[in-house]
Amino acid sequence: MSLLDVKNLKIYYFTLKGVVRAVDDVSFNVREGEVLGIAGESGSGKSTLGYGLMRLVPPPGRIVGGNIVVSGRDIVSMDEGTLRREIRWKVISMIFQGALNALNPVYTIGKQLVEPIIFHEDVSLKEAYERAAEMVKLVGLNEDVLRRYPHELSGGMKQRVMIAMALILRPKIVIADEPTTALDVVIQAQIMNLFKKIKKELNQSIIFITHDLSLIAEIADNVAVMYAGKIVEYGNSDNVFNTPKHPYTQGLLKSIPRLKSKEKLSWIPGTPPDLRNPPVGCRFHPRCPYVMDVCRREEPPIKDVGGNHLVACWLY
Amino acid sequence: MVDKILIVEDLRKYYPIRRSLSEILMFKRGRYVRAVDGVSFYVNDGEVYCIVGESGCGKTTTGRLVTKLIEPTGGVIRYKPSSALARINNEFVVGGYVDYRRLPKKYVKLLRREVQIIFQDPYGSLDPRQTIYSILEEPLVIHGIGNDRKEREELIFKVLEDVKLSPPEEFINRYPHMLSGGQRQRVNIARALILGPKLVVADEPVSMLDVSVRAEILQLMMDLKISRGLTYVFITHDLAVANYICDRVAVMYLGKIVEEADMLKLVNEPLHPYTKALISAVPEPNPSNRFKIREVPIVGEVPSAAAVPPGCRFHPRCPYVMDVCRREEPPIKDVGGNHLVACWLY
Repeated sequence: MSLLDVKNLKIYYFTLKGVVRAVDDVSFNVREGEVLGIAGESGSGKSTLGYGLMRLVPPPGRIVGGNIVVSGRDIVSMDEGTLRREIRWKVISMIFQGALNALNPVYTIGKQLVEPIIFHEDVSLKEAYERAAEMVKLVGLNEDVLRRYPHELSGGMKQRVMIAMALILRPKIVIADEPTTALDVVIQAQIMNLFKKIKKELNQSIIFITHDLSLIAEIADNVAVMYAGKIVEYGNSDNVFNTPKHPYTQGLLKSIPRLKSKEKLSWIPGTPPDLRNPPVGCRFHPRCPYVMDVCRREEPPIKDVGGNHLVACWLY
Repeated sequence: MVDKILIVEDLRKYYPIRRSLSEILMFKRGRYVRAVDGVSFYVNDGEVYCIVGESGCGKTTTGRLVTKLIEPTGGVIRYKPSSALARINNEFVVGGYVDYRRLPKKYVKLLRREVQIIFQDPYGSLDPRQTIYSILEEPLVIHGIGNDRKEREELIFKVLEDVKLSPPEEFINRYPHMLSGGQRQRVNIARALILGPKLVVADEPVSMLDVSVRAEILQLMMDLKISRGLTYVFITHDLAVANYICDRVAVMYLGKIVEEADMLKLVNEPLHPYTKALISAVPEPNPSNRFKIREVPIVGEVPSAAAVPPGCRFHPRCPYVMDVCRREEPPIKDVGGNHLVACWLY
């Protein structure tokens, strides 16, 4: 049974210079306890997708089509009040990018953690604080951070607070949007270990959005690779990393410098397209080494190449 | 015997912290952020020397000191000039090396021609109101290179071709916002190279770029190194990137070099506990990693450079901490084969 079903989701930004198709016909699902990694470079629409799942797309962006079904309820057509009361943060929550600046500097950590509990549930303040203390311990912090202000905490501690905040109402799904970008590599490894612990101990479903394929390999069961607003490859981590099918995924994997080998890197020539005016046919065709005639004319459908490994490429 | 192009000895840079009124009234001594605190290294002509470390370890400050963008609090930087600067026989050129401290102001411009920097942020380091042409022309005008517009244009076209922004005609009239991140970083490289430097400090040149263009920029830098005979001081936080491009590497922690070795040696036989932790923390794109917890032997985070721990500055986080570590700072020691490490274990 899938917890989250996204079907043909389209999110467009209606700018003065034209319509930016940031997320264009994207479908995927997340099961209970699954970690889905969404990989993509800047401008691929991965963050917009994350905001879309919370229905928090900033204007002039809008969800223009498709369904997001969370625990059997479609949130695209839901009215804002119901969404706030019953879905957002309670069923699906988010760890925002740039989390280090996402905390309110004038409130203590405790106050900020308790706020969603008081809003959503009928509990006493004392009880709420107790739950916050429990959650803070779960993410590996000392209870006394509840009395501290954000400026007293280091980057890694703030990130742990953000994770605690996303988990505080025990939502079914947590979206983590580039949760480690501003952190140093040692802290990053610590935070990744925390995500692994949460996944294992709480059987938490996580949507992990990042540009770093290495991080996705560290945690995700399934991977969706996005390019120019579309999912070009989607499947089990082992399949996607060990036998990548789409030329874009192959190119990305070959361009990552490794610590243990001096293998020559290759790269993907060119730049990602302008999403106001994406190329006709396959959006990757101007940068693709295997481009064929059909790629320039028609968009490839997403196709199963075996073992639930989906690829949108005319080669298959 | 390869010549050393840059020698740095006991380099220090302290930034004062403003004292509060009560501190002034109580005659408390001013405190300092010890960004770089006694760093010594040398760079061979034609090599890529990496400085690796986490944020706040002083690697960028070191880069800025080496390019003379800021003045050191103490220590010596000596650079071996190759052109006009070398011909001036003066008291500040000793044994073929220019001592930064003794270099008179009027000759700094000559140094700038030889020592240049590539900045980290391709978005913030280019003036949004200047075209690519005027961004690249400015250093030529300042240094009086090229007699007229035509000569300068030739130089600009050549450097743009060199950084593979071709045809140059298409780029010279554009503004930075019309370029992608990778293209902007090429302009940044072109600007550093247009004066024909010998030593280039590259301060995290690929950290803000997308993965797919990162490899391309690294390759470009390697190609330029060979075609223009450059030497790089490459500053990065990413050991995997360092492994790809560097010959020798120094690991910095809280303003000090804790380990220095050939890149290959450092990755395969790290000695300092901090280096070991850094290496174990680097994620690799291998999906079987998801089933295991990554063992990172150190806990906590880097302390503030304003309150450096006594003794070995790594001791509060070190898994092998001994009594001596808390009392005395370990000297940097050669353990054989140019492998330097500052740790009481060795």
